[in-house]
Parts: sequence; structure tokens; C-alpha cells
Amino acid sequence: MTAPLLEVEDVSKRFGGFTALDTINLEVAAGARLGLIGPNGSGKSTLVNCLCGTLRNDTGRVRFDGALMDGLSAHERTRLGMARSFQLPRPFTSLTVAENLRIPLLYTVGVRRGRHVPRAELVAREAELLGLVGLADKASRPPRDLSQVEMRKLELARAMAAEPKLLIADEAMAGLSNAEVDDILALLRRLNETGITIILIEHIMRAVMSFSDRLVVLVAGRKIADGLPDEVVRNPEVERAYLGE
Amino acid sequence: MLWDPQLLLNAIVSGLMLGGFYAAVTVGVSISFGMLDIVNIAHPAFIMLGSYVAYLLNSALGLDPILVGLIALPAFFLLGALVYQIYYVAFERRGQESLRGLAFFFGLLFISEVGLILAFGVDYRFVEASYIGPTYHLGFLDFPLRMLVPCAVSLALLGALQLYLSRTFLGRAIAAVSQDPQALRLMAANPTRVKRIAFALSIATASVAGALLIVIQPVEPSMGRDYIGRVFAICVLGGMGSFPGTLLAAVLLGVVESITSTFYGPSWSPAVAFGFLLLTLALRPAGILGR
Amino acid sequence: MRSRTFCFAALMIAGLLFESLRFLDNEYLFFAGYVVLQYVVLATAWNILGGYTGYVNFGTAAFFALGAYTSVALGKLATPPIPVLMLAAGAISAVVGLGMGYLTLRLRGVYFSIATLALAVVVQTFITNWDFVGGSRGAYTVRPASVPLLGSYVQYLFLIMLVLSVIALALAHAIEGSRLGYGFAAIRDDEAAAEASGVPTLRLKLVATTLSGALMGMAGAPLPYYVTYLDPASGFNLAYAVNSIAMPLIGGMTSWIGPLVGALLLGSVQQVATVSNWFGGHPEINLLIVGALLMLFVTTAPNGIVGLLGIQARRSARR
Repeated sequence: MTAPLLEVEDVSKRFGGFTALDTINLEVAAGARLGLIGPNGSGKSTLVNCLCGTLRNDTGRVRFDGALMDGLSAHERTRLGMARSFQLPRPFTSLTVAENLRIPLLYTVGVRRGRHVPRAELVAREAELLGLVGLADKASRPPRDLSQVEMRKLELARAMAAEPKLLIADEAMAGLSNAEVDDILALLRRLNETGITIILIEHIMRAVMSFSDRLVVLVAGRKIADGLPDEVVRNPEVERAYLGE
Repeated sequence: MLWDPQLLLNAIVSGLMLGGFYAAVTVGVSISFGMLDIVNIAHPAFIMLGSYVAYLLNSALGLDPILVGLIALPAFFLLGALVYQIYYVAFERRGQESLRGLAFFFGLLFISEVGLILAFGVDYRFVEASYIGPTYHLGFLDFPLRMLVPCAVSLALLGALQLYLSRTFLGRAIAAVSQDPQALRLMAANPTRVKRIAFALSIATASVAGALLIVIQPVEPSMGRDYIGRVFAICVLGGMGSFPGTLLAAVLLGVVESITSTFYGPSWSPAVAFGFLLLTLALRPAGILGR
Repeated sequence: MRSRTFCFAALMIAGLLFESLRFLDNEYLFFAGYVVLQYVVLATAWNILGGYTGYVNFGTAAFFALGAYTSVALGKLATPPIPVLMLAAGAISAVVGLGMGYLTLRLRGVYFSIATLALAVVVQTFITNWDFVGGSRGAYTVRPASVPLLGSYVQYLFLIMLVLSVIALALAHAIEGSRLGYGFAAIRDDEAAAEASGVPTLRLKLVATTLSGALMGMAGAPLPYYVTYLDPASGFNLAYAVNSIAMPLIGGMTSWIGPLVGALLLGSVQQVATVSNWFGGHPEINLLIVGALLMLFVTTAPNGIVGLLGIQARRSARR
């Protein structure tokens, strides 16, 4: 049996007196489509930050592709194949939309290859990625000209530009119309078919249910469910967390 | 290295009193930087302003300098409110605080130093008061009143502020605004107004701190620069917004500076503060997003 | 390719400038011009860290004066030619920049800025206490009467600073269009997102700090020969810190042109003001105005003069 792509072992994170994550254990197999859900403030984004190195977990270990992530900075983890989109879009405001994608192309893809990516290829790849998310006509505009929805797509495109093995999409679909949600889901499915493991963090239940082959539920920093989507959704504790008592 | 014990103990006593004073200088930054996250590096400029105001009224009207510091409080409060308003409109509202806000306060620091040079020249100015000359003696320990009185006033100032922040509605709103502006809105308090009052309060403390400074020693316009390192070192080491922490850190710095000054000469004091600053920055846990 | 044309054009302009000044045969122009060019270097150097990367350095004086005092110290041991002094000064300032950056750049930008302010005070304290370079009493440097080929030593100093300006501008220009420049811009816009995109932010920030510090140190190296008497008060003059921030800010921080424009404009105005005695014996008013302009621009025109002109250009193009 092949080792999982991502192993999260006993990870905890505290902010002062507040426990954001409490002994999280998780395994994600290569090629999986994992859905991560939970009420606001349950620690989903904190978990992503700890996985990607933006925050340091207080306890526990994160293993990615067999390698221990302890002490590795965020950019090192990205270069190893972890990419994420931010829940609140964080574009590079002084660069154009296309140039936003150039950053991961230059600093992740180029570095992995060990040599500079020629300019023609940069431009081509940027156009290709923007086409995939439907932003091709906005390529030379600054991010401030984009709508909220378009900025989320840019976030996703930027994560894709890093050619990751694991892509973590943090609420990439908030505010999108039904058609747009389907577009993004189709895109993510296509990426998954090429072998990219996807962790989808979402509040839009139908998207999570149709996309995920496994569902994990986080409530108040603890993992309370982990299994097949249909079973997890029928779990009484999960119902309680979402619907209250 | 043989340190004369009497000299050492006196240096420590001196440092304790100096530290108490440093707490008064820093408390304003504890509020503006520690609680409001506004990097007011120009705070020492307001302190110098306070010193010169005390000098003016003391030499013109013979008023006690510390009294002047208290009288001028409302004026400094208004000045602080005005400065915050400009800062808010120009930067905070647009969400571009860091680089430009820093440049703004640096400009303020610079202009005030140059302004003071133009108005008063580079000579040292001092005040006259009954407690500047005499010294209490406790055995071989010396307690110069010009240091003891400011230390006492400083402690009183800190105590008063601590009471205000923990007992009054506005005070607790100030403590809350840095942690949770949303909750504050729900309590029908306007976060911007609360921040403005808090910042104005921080500048008001400079009025008193400046008066204390000129009691301790004569002042000249460029002295403000020496205090930037001290103030931020104390603020960070003291745990940002915590007043007891600020006092502890201030006293620690005061003692180390005093000992260095006694045995190695006073010209090394600024280096001590910087050493503290580097040390505190190295020990402080923070990531790129860190707060 | 663009870099080569830029260097060529810059050298041509510099050469033209130099020859025109020699033609005018007014020694004072070289004196004043030296100061303006010095600010071109300082402003450009500051902007590599401040404008491109977004980290504000308040301690220009520390790196600049370190360069000057490296010259003084080496000058007491031997008499190396100025280019050698510049290399030494650049190396030392680079190391200090690297060291300080390593200690403080992992934290928020504001801590770095505060540390630079404190650094300036500390370096000044050390120099003031160092008798070998004169301490607070200052140090005298003998300015050679003349130099082979050129004749006037002051013209030689001007030429050196001119070459350094071209180097600084060429460096800034080269960075802008390069992979490094993209990395800097990403850090400035959103450091966390830059990290997540694979940018080694700490390493790049250290590069910026080192380059910036080195250039500032190199700009300081000829100073003892220019002023002939150097003491800490003038070496660490607050004017350097304010001008090196005001000039890029007023000129425009996003490209190499801004610091150049800011330095030429503000530098020339300040020189004229000093000579014409506009402020009747109060040189500080000069600085007061620079400080006031700094605050004005930072609150109302964040993209500087270049930004204002850029906006104008875009508007006219749409018509």
C-alpha cells in the first residue's frame, strides 16, 4: 500500500489562551478529493496555514510526500508541491493579473526545473491558466479592476500556476453563481484526473458532496468526523454542529 | 573587574528611578503601538514638545514644571486627536498603514526636531524647581529628588491609566478595540472614535513625561532620537499593551543602562537600548503574519 | 538587452554632462553637483529596499557614515585610491546591512524600520567613542591638490560620484525588469502570498538590504575627501535620513526614475537655497521644508511625481 501523500499527526495550535486546533490527525491519499467542512471559526483556515507553513503548529508533525515538513518555510513547501489559495483573496496589487501568475511560475516552477523559464513560455502558460478560470480577457488589467468573484478565480489560478501535487482550495467558490460553481468544480475535477490531490474547503454543501470522495468535519478545532460523504453527513454529531440542538 | 559595591548599589538605585521614569515615557507607545497597532515613532517628539512647554512656562511664569505637564494635558490630548484624524483619513481608512504611516510619523519626528532647533536653538534648556537640587541620603545610598519625584509621578500616572482602562467604559472599550472591533460596534461604541480617544490619550501622557524629563536633566532638541530605541524596546519586551509588563521592562532597561553608564561612561547608553531592542526582537515569537 | 542599452545611454548622458560642466569651467558647479549626485545614489539605494520591497530604512545615515568612516580609518593606515576605499566601504556596509537584516527581517516590517532607527543611533555612538577615527572631535583628511589627467581634485570626486550614480541607476533599472524585481514586488504587495507562491522572501529581503546598504556605504566613502573635516554630527546628519526617504517618495517609488527625479529636484533646490541664502542663516528651514514636503506627499500623492505624471499620461492616451 502506498504511503499517503499528506499525513497530519497530532497537530495542535494555540493563540494565547485560545485553542484553534486540538490534536488533529488526518491522512490524505495521493489523488484523493478531500472535502473539509465545519462552522466558521472551527479552525479550517488555521489548519491550512499550519499545513502550508504560514503558521507553525505547536505540537505534532506534518508529513508531505514522505518528507517531514518541520521547520520548512512556506515557500519551501510550495516548491515541494503544496499550493493553496487564500480564503480572502490576496492578489499582488501592483502587478497585472497575468503577472500575478508569473510569480509562482518564476519562483516555483522555474526553481523546480533548475533553470529559467523562457519568456514566451511564461506568457503562454499565463494565458492558458487564465483561460481555464475564465479570466483571459483580464490578463493585462490590475487586480483592483476585478470583481470579488474574479479575484477568487485569480487566487485559484495562482495556486494552479505552482504546478502542485496537492492543491488546497480555501473557500474558492464563495459568492459564485451556480453555473460558476459548476465551472470551478469541473476544473478541479479535471485537475484531479491529471493526478493532483485536492483538498476542498467549502460551505457550499452541494459542491462538497458532489466533489469529495471523502469528507472531514472540523468543529471548534477538533476533527469530529472523517469518512465517506454520505455517512459523515448522517453522523448525529455533525448534524448537531450544523443545525444546533 | 572590581566593581565598588557602593557604586554598584547606587547605580542600581539610580537605574530603578530612571526605569520608573522610562515607564512614563513608554506608556504612550504601549497604548498607540501595543493596543492600537499604530507605529508612532514620533512619540519621543511629543515628549520633547512636553519638555519645552514645561521649560517655557517655568521660565516665563515660574510654574512648577510637573504642574505645567498636567495643565498642558488637554492641549496635548487635542493635538493627539488631530494627529490621529489625519493618520486615519490618509492611511488607516485606505488600509495602507505600514510604509506610508511610518514615513508620516518619521516626517513628524523630523519636523518637530528641526522646529525645536529653529525655535530654541541647540543649547541645553533646564527648569528650576525646589526638588531639583536636594538629595535624600539613606546610608551611602543617594536618592536625588530630581529623579525620585519623577519616578513617583510616573508610577502615579501608570496607576491612574491602569485604573482608567480597567474601570471605565471608555477605558475598557480601548482595551477591546484592538482585539475585536466588531464586538465593539455591537456594544454601540464607534471603534474609530475609541481609537482616536486612545491615541489622544497616548499623546497626552507625553505632556507629563516631557515635564518629568526636563526635571531629570536639561534637554536639547536631538534627544528625542535616543528615546526611540528605548521606548520600543521597552514596549516590545513588556508585552506590548501590558502596563505592569511595561513597568518591569522599563525598570530592567533603566538598571542596565545605569550600571553601564556608571562603569563605562554615559555615552554608551544608546547602545544599551539597541542591544535590548535586538534581544527582544530576537526572543519575540512571530511569523511573517505575526502580531 | 534593455540593460545594455540603458547602461550605454546613461554613460553617454553622464559623459555629456561632465564635459559640459568642464566647459562651463565653474568649480562650484562640481562642488554642488557632487552633493546632488550623492543623493541620487542614496535615494536610488534606499528605493531598492523601500520602494521595490516595501521595507522602510530610517538608518541611511548609519550605512552612509560607516562608508565615510571606513575611508577615514583606512586613510590613517595607508592612502588607497578612492575606488578601493569605495569597495571596502561597500563591503562593510553590506555586511552590517546583512547582519541587521538577518536579525530583524523575519518579523514584521515595522520592527525592521524601528531597528534601523536604533541602528543609526548605535553606530553613531560607537563612532563617537572611537578615538582612532577622531571620535567626537572629528577627523581631518588631506585633499590632494590635483589629479593627473583631470587636474582638479573636486572634478575627480564629481566624476567618481557620477560613475557611482550610473552604476546605481543601472542596477535599479536591471532589477526592475528581472525575476528579482518581480520577487521584490510580490513581497511588497503581499508577503504571505509571495511566500505561498514560492518566493524565498527572507533571502530576497536580505539581498535588497545588502545591495542597498552597500551602495549607501560606497556613496559615503569619498565624503572625507570632499569635506576634509568630518565629525559624527555631520556624518550622521539627519538630513541624509530624511532626504533619502523624501526623494524617492516625492519622485515616485515604483521605478528607478522616481529617486532620480526626486534627488535632482530636491537636491538642486536645496543647493540653490543654501547658496542664495534664502533662509538667512537658518539652514534647518531647508530641512523643515523637505520634511513638510515628505509628509504632504505621503498623505496625498503616494505615487510621487512620476505617479502624478503617469496618471496624466494615461488620461491623455484614452482620448
